[in-house]
Amino acid sequence: MHEVAIMDEAVRMAVDTAKSSGASRVLGLRLRIGTLSGVVPEAMRFAFDVVCRGTMAEGASLEIESVPASCWCAQCRKEFECADLLNECPRCLNVSGELRRGRELEIASVELE
Amino acid sequence: MGGENVVIGDHSHDHEHDHHHEHGHDHEHAHGGKTVSLNRSLLEKNDRLAERNRGFFKAKRLLVLNVVSSPGSGKTTFIRETAKKLGKKLRVGVIVGDLATDNDAAELRKAKIPVVQITTGTVCHLDAEMVSKAAAQLDLDKLDVLVIENVGNLVCPADYDLGEDLRVVLLSTTEGEDKPLKYPPMFHSANVVIVAKNDLAAAAGFNRQQALANLKRISHHAEIFELSSKTGEGMEAWLDFLAKQREERSNG
Repeated sequence: MHEVAIMDEAVRMAVDTAKSSGASRVLGLRLRIGTLSGVVPEAMRFAFDVVCRGTMAEGASLEIESVPASCWCAQCRKEFECADLLNECPRCLNVSGELRRGRELEIASVELE
Repeated sequence: MGGENVVIGDHSHDHEHDHHHEHGHDHEHAHGGKTVSLNRSLLEKNDRLAERNRGFFKAKRLLVLNVVSSPGSGKTTFIRETAKKLGKKLRVGVIVGDLATDNDAAELRKAKIPVVQITTGTVCHLDAEMVSKAAAQLDLDKLDVLVIENVGNLVCPADYDLGEDLRVVLLSTTEGEDKPLKYPPMFHSANVVIVAKNDLAAAAGFNRQQALANLKRISHHAEIFELSSKTGEGMEAWLDFLAKQREERSNG
């Protein structure tokens, strides 16, 4: 539900970057979104069209790279993928408190013209 | 804020290449566009403001709680009873986030608790900036504990740090024991979990053991309190915990 606010921030960063580098428009945005970030990629896409309207990013493309969540097991000294936050290591069954990836909400890059 | 400088190299990369190799440099695309790497968090503005809030609240020697739950879990009653029972020992002020109405704030005001209302409109969460503006309307020097009642929502507020010391997540017995499994990011981020409306547990057929097992898996680092704001059962342990937290922080 907060996807509009997040997307608004992404487009603002893209437009600021375009302005500061003298570009005429934003052709595309690439975001990196963790599977446990709490935002829904479909809702992000929907919000994107709305927030781009009337900005330098109008008509830009949106690429979303999904980052699977993974935890670190201190005992096995290995990472393991965790689809939810039930962080049990599949090898030793210990619970890990260290989520290494999956909460990302980042703008990776912008494509400018 | 590294990586923001724009360097147009004379090297051209293939599109399929940039998935593994786009950190720290910019390159031209075959169709004339120029890619600029940013690698910045979309929450950085809020995170920065939240840190500023945290520093400010610390200087004011306040213990700050961010209270979140689904709508109807009993946040307002819980906060009102907490504020009343802490009484003269600790003075409590409240910032209330509400989508449209003033009802929650009015309920607290009636109990003579200093309260500021933030009407969020269609926004589904509070952010650090709203909290900073609202806090300016309270006489913080006369408070020991600042409670922020977030918008009733277990999804969006999880991503927004407000500058709180403790994130307190409520799970009421009438909601069912599988809530933590349905909203893992929020329960994972909790410092404290309150199992609320404990007086209704039997009537609601609440499976306590299952709920605690679920909480221990997701919120394994959180303190858990089972209580009823209405009957006062279990409130003592929670209030002692708050007093101790506040003492630790104001000495530190």
